[in-house]
Amino acid sequence: MNELQFLTWVRGPGLDIAVGIFLLGVLWRLFEIYSLGRKKDLSAPRSTSGASGLHTVFRRSIPPPGMLKRSPVSYIGGYIFHIGLFVVVFLFAPHILLIKNLTGLSWPGLPSQFIDLAAVVTMAAMVVVLVDRINKPVKRFLSTFEDWFTWAVTFLPVLTGWLAVQHLLLPYTLMLALHILSVQILLVVLPFTKLFHAFTLFGSRWYNGKVNGHKGVPV
Amino acid sequence: MSATLEKGVRVLKEVIDAPIASYFNSCVHCGLCAEACLFYTETGDPKYTPIHKLEPLRRVYEQEYTLLGRLKKMVGLSKAVTDEELDSWQELVYNSCTLCGRCSAVCPVGNDIVYMVRKFREGMSASGHAPEGIKGAVNRTITIGSPMGVKLPAVQAQMKHVEEDYGLPIPLDAEGAEYMVMLSSMEIINFPEYLGAIAKIMNQAGKTWTLCSTAFEATNAGMQIGNSDLARVLVARIVEGAEKLKVKTVISPECGHAYTALRWEGANLIGRPFSFEVKHIIEVLGEFQEQGLLKTEGFETDKLTFHDPCQLARRGGVIKQQRNLMNQVAKNFVEMPDAGYMNWCCGGGGGASAIEEGEELRIEAFKKKKSQLDAVKPDRLVTACANCRIVLEEGLEHYQMDIPVIGLTEMIAEHIPDKGA
Repeated sequence: MNELQFLTWVRGPGLDIAVGIFLLGVLWRLFEIYSLGRKKDLSAPRSTSGASGLHTVFRRSIPPPGMLKRSPVSYIGGYIFHIGLFVVVFLFAPHILLIKNLTGLSWPGLPSQFIDLAAVVTMAAMVVVLVDRINKPVKRFLSTFEDWFTWAVTFLPVLTGWLAVQHLLLPYTLMLALHILSVQILLVVLPFTKLFHAFTLFGSRWYNGKVNGHKGVPV
Repeated sequence: MSATLEKGVRVLKEVIDAPIASYFNSCVHCGLCAEACLFYTETGDPKYTPIHKLEPLRRVYEQEYTLLGRLKKMVGLSKAVTDEELDSWQELVYNSCTLCGRCSAVCPVGNDIVYMVRKFREGMSASGHAPEGIKGAVNRTITIGSPMGVKLPAVQAQMKHVEEDYGLPIPLDAEGAEYMVMLSSMEIINFPEYLGAIAKIMNQAGKTWTLCSTAFEATNAGMQIGNSDLARVLVARIVEGAEKLKVKTVISPECGHAYTALRWEGANLIGRPFSFEVKHIIEVLGEFQEQGLLKTEGFETDKLTFHDPCQLARRGGVIKQQRNLMNQVAKNFVEMPDAGYMNWCCGGGGGASAIEEGEELRIEAFKKKKSQLDAVKPDRLVTACANCRIVLEEGLEHYQMDIPVIGLTEMIAEHIPDKGA
């Protein structure tokens, strides 16, 4: 298989397989989790304005009082790489074009110089949070193979994408093929690892906020 | 032993629901929950990271309720939960967790970690791995009627004393009274002023109230140990008493977990909504204050601060009332850092104060409270939970801090003129 054949495969059957596993995986995992259900709360609710599941879905993105100071790298690094990922994934013109071809949906992108910068900043932030995971006793203690593995499968698409655009290290065709392959690995892995928090986070925040809402705890 | 482990694992499987599944799938091992937990912040030991305290429960979840986990279990790639493991987890689930809920308040993905610890305790208790101290408290509550072994005659003796001291009647089993007042053993034995305070406050407000001879103890060690069957027995006593006396409202005493047990878990434990309301005494006082039924004279002039009991504030939603009440009788009321919703636990809630072998750790964790107090240097510390009060007194004594601890209800009552309404 030469470079072109490799690229053709990842763009064709490879992409179909990865997207298929991703979609079925997400649906299955969501079913597996949320079909467990929960018991109705029979205690009398105490309603207070400003307390509900929906409030917590949004508010939990902001550090609670005192927390930013206690763990600045987690919050600042976390914000930067999450926003950075969003920018490079969804606001890069060639990505938007791909999504348009797949779904018909389209939106305006950002200039490629800006995406370049965002990619570098994202990678830098990811390296910082990785170092923090190695250095901080609590994070190192909690970390399993999955934590290092999911970091790598998230980092590689950004790195290969950036290298491809910059025409660095490997011929463009090969690097582009590797980039697409790394994205496919990410898609396949996402539903079955902690990366699935991208979906369950909304449910978790909502459940937590719902309990507080029921008790009238305004948070 | 294997039969009990089996029972424990079965209970763990039963308690896992959609929220718990969602929480475990959302955790990204960021470790921020550790920063919210006083057992971690004061010791620096990563094993006290709240989400880590749930590791055995997480494995049961993965092995029983996920496709990949079941596959791994089938091919022998997963580690089953063992008795030794659960035994070693006792310190993490009981001694070093007061169910204070700060972790649940900070988790960025929204995990209600303390909800899971509460559920995990069900399995720990069913597999025989709960601490002896709480087991003893539960046994005494079931057989004698209270965790400290207090029986009705002791309550009646105290009622008599209070009636003599205050010149006010203490009604017992008065049918049709508006309020049924509950006590905690701690108050019966250590803080008799509470009952006198209630008598004065109710007399001034012109409200009818009663104690109940079959349900005077409000604390619920069954909930703390994590045994819903026992917790149900204890709640059912109160429900029977309240329904027999046809009261409108049951008042939970100055005790955090009694309030959570009755207010939020009670109806779920007995499987039906209550026919009466449940309020913490601070909520009732807050209502009296709003309705102008709480008339006080004079002010405390020394510097006072307020320790929010976790179950009342963060887990119970009663945050403003105690502040309004403080301001009614105190001229110099100052707040500690993090006061209110994010207040730090005394270190002995959730049954932890009943665990003898956890004392050293509790004293270590108390450094957090010490730093909060050092920041404002109060003359006295006010709170609204008898258990907090005992734990605070122990900690203050250990660190040689001369700060008396008082109950808010008593302090309010001291400012009610003796003639009454």
